[in-house]
Amino acid sequence: METFLILASTLCISIGVFLGITGAVGIFRMPNFFTRLHAASVTDSGCASMLLFGLMLQSGFTVATVKLCFILFFLLISSPTAGHALSKTALSCGAQPTPLPREER
Amino acid sequence: MELIIDITLLTFLGLTALAINRIDKLFCVIMLSGIYSLLCASLFVTMDAVDVAFTEAAVGTGIATVLLLSTIGATETEQRSAPHRPLFALLVVCVTGAILVYGTMDMPAFGDPNAPIHQHVAPRYVQQSQHEIGSDNIVTSILSSYRGFDTLGETVVIFTAGLAVVGLIGFRGMQKFGDRQRAAGVTQNEMEQHLVLRIVIKMFIPLILLFALYVQFHGDFGPGGGFQAGVIFASAFIFYTLMSGLDAAMRVVSPRTLSYIAALGVLLYGGVGIATMLMGGNYLAYNVLRHDPLHGQHLGIFLIEVGVGTTVFSVMVLIFFAFSSRKGLRQ
Repeated sequence: METFLILASTLCISIGVFLGITGAVGIFRMPNFFTRLHAASVTDSGCASMLLFGLMLQSGFTVATVKLCFILFFLLISSPTAGHALSKTALSCGAQPTPLPREER
Repeated sequence: MELIIDITLLTFLGLTALAINRIDKLFCVIMLSGIYSLLCASLFVTMDAVDVAFTEAAVGTGIATVLLLSTIGATETEQRSAPHRPLFALLVVCVTGAILVYGTMDMPAFGDPNAPIHQHVAPRYVQQSQHEIGSDNIVTSILSSYRGFDTLGETVVIFTAGLAVVGLIGFRGMQKFGDRQRAAGVTQNEMEQHLVLRIVIKMFIPLILLFALYVQFHGDFGPGGGFQAGVIFASAFIFYTLMSGLDAAMRVVSPRTLSYIAALGVLLYGGVGIATMLMGGNYLAYNVLRHDPLHGQHLGIFLIEVGVGTTVFSVMVLIFFAFSSRKGLRQ
């Protein structure tokens, strides 16, 4: 059981780290605002929640897990909201969700 | 492992500082300064200074960023380039930096147990504070009891900062701004169309207020206290202002009331000191407040933390109101 928990949490944390790194690469490499925002929100929600879930598995039934649950709850609500607000503002400022042609980059 | 984390964080800190220097867009600079203080907070956590880290995260990353953003709303968003190359300033900075580095040569190494700071009063704080103050969190007992004078000074500094901002920027245009808005028929702001944001903010405000109260009254046992709680409480108000506009927020607490509350917090802090003097003790010696010295300490710390919290909260909201009303004037 112990080994299984450690394995599962390692797996979760690795997935989280992978998502974080790909998100960071995406923010730099993606062609326009909306695709970059997509990369950023993958980091915000996917990476963070996988990391938190992995940490929860490690801490077991303690107060730390409850706190991690709260953090997860807030992150899962606040980061999609931030992404939504950003994209809505970008739309109203005239950004178009179509990729730029290659030569214009 | 800790060394790697330290090196990484310090590298990022240096890079962020360089980037702040190089970038002309003030919006980016503000975001980077938020990142800078978040990195500082992480560094404090690796040094086990969670109270300081908490304050840095709440003040530096949270409220300072919001205040700076509301400031550039009222000014320009581009930094003007200097008309000349400020070589003399560079020289002064380099010389001062070299002197400071030279000055640290004589200092004991970080974490050296024989350093004077660990020999003078720190052993007493660590060993005796449980018996003398009765608070689980040593930081709280040092901050609000052993060093109550210093904290009083800090609270007065914050109060003075609020006074200075209100005195310099003022609310002269406030009434006019509200009148003009009403005359133009602008009663709703642009947040009206952000349904999702409004609902999420509405959901979060009570939770943030609750968390601020927890931080305020849990400071005896864990990281937290009046400073952090005041800032978190103020951030809930700023959320509300962003959601429903300055006018509505000022109907909740008017700037006049806020300035009274700010003064009241400092008065409460100083008043506790006067009360202890009247009851036969020294200034801010809480032992005499109750029959049991420990209960007296507890009551005293509780009261002054409330004073600190209310002052910090109202000054932060006042500053935010002052800057936001400027923005309205410009439009």
